[in-house]
Amino acid sequence: MINKFVPTAADALSGIADGSTILIGGFGDVGIPTLLLEGLIDQGARDLTIAIVAGGRDGSAIERLLAAGRVRKMICSFVRPASLAGRLLQRGDLEVEIVPQGTMAERMRAAGAGITGFYTPTGADTLLAEGRETREIGGKLCLLEYPLPGDVALIEAWCADRWGNLTYRDSARNFNPVMAMAAALTIAMTRNVAELGEISPEHVVTPGVFVDRVLQVPL
Amino acid sequence: MRPLDRNGMAERVARDIPEGWLVNLGIGIPTHVADFVPADREVIFHAENGVIGMGPAPAPDQINPFLINASTTHVTLRTGGSYVHHADSFAIARGGHLDLCVLGAFEVAENGDIANWARSPDEPVKQVGGAMDLAIGAKRLWVVMEHTTREGAPRLRRRCSYPLTAKGVVKRVYTNLAVLDVTPRGFVVLDMIPGLTLDALQARTDAPLTT
Repeated sequence: MINKFVPTAADALSGIADGSTILIGGFGDVGIPTLLLEGLIDQGARDLTIAIVAGGRDGSAIERLLAAGRVRKMICSFVRPASLAGRLLQRGDLEVEIVPQGTMAERMRAAGAGITGFYTPTGADTLLAEGRETREIGGKLCLLEYPLPGDVALIEAWCADRWGNLTYRDSARNFNPVMAMAAALTIAMTRNVAELGEISPEHVVTPGVFVDRVLQVPL
Repeated sequence: MRPLDRNGMAERVARDIPEGWLVNLGIGIPTHVADFVPADREVIFHAENGVIGMGPAPAPDQINPFLINASTTHVTLRTGGSYVHHADSFAIARGGHLDLCVLGAFEVAENGDIANWARSPDEPVKQVGGAMDLAIGAKRLWVVMEHTTREGAPRLRRRCSYPLTAKGVVKRVYTNLAVLDVTPRGFVVLDMIPGLTLDALQARTDAPLTT
């Protein structure tokens, strides 16, 4: 019997190696897998590259992960100068790769879909394209972008079954489904649990084939 | 010696698929592999038209006209199954999410090349379907096919003579006579039907065999 539920956060996060690239879902305060991030701090992996849309607010689990000195590089769309990430960046203690948000999502989709590169007009004639490969397609300057795969994805779901089929709550969907596709090991926390078959096949948002471990964390 | 029939070959493949694998089955003999996986062994079958968790054919009075597999025949959905759109379905195939793909073929070469879509470069009608995406994308590709053509020509070859579907991707071949792994030193025989000798198998095979 396939059963992807794990009993504890320690089980959910076991085996994550130093130097891993970790995709972390969420946008603003919504859809962030906070308890998995706490578990990652406890688990102790270091020298991490994290991909997350933004640097994390004061008091957030991302800020605690950064404060614990576990992150070498952050791939993101925003870093506020006044945030911890901003201060670490300015001190030279954190490497940051700034990626336009749509490109970030598409690079992860490409990783999950086995697409080895794609051209996008986003950012093609900006500072972010300096020194990189561009070409004109259909009269538009476009920039070559590469996939962004994760060794691990940490995501938050609203409901899960034992095959790892997931649904999300409102705008908490955000980056979570695409990250689930893009990582070798996808770990989800879920607020609710369904019997197998209880989530309609039409309503499954992330099929369990993209999910490896599920931790139930009641609200 | 009694060569395996199509069901026998499908049954032999099914024996080697463990619980929990995500598996795509190609058209022909591969489709029948699902019939030989016991229902209590949870293997998740993927069909490239967007079905995850495909179940067996329905009883004639239970047909859902909206639910078909990649061979366009009616199927069922297992409890826990779900649907995705075509691009996501091929993301599963190309993105390395399939634990296994089982395809039929015209020929397999000892270097893992597979030819299964056209018998010659100038064939007027070519049918590639999803095979090229599946062949390069799955974590492992197994082929199930007759050991020789109807005329007795070997299908396991030093090099394929037909146009390739993909290069160097086949990991194992199941035929009506034997099971063979594709390794850096060529075909290695894992299993033969009772009464068959290695010499007799070699006589029906173009590429050299080892055990």
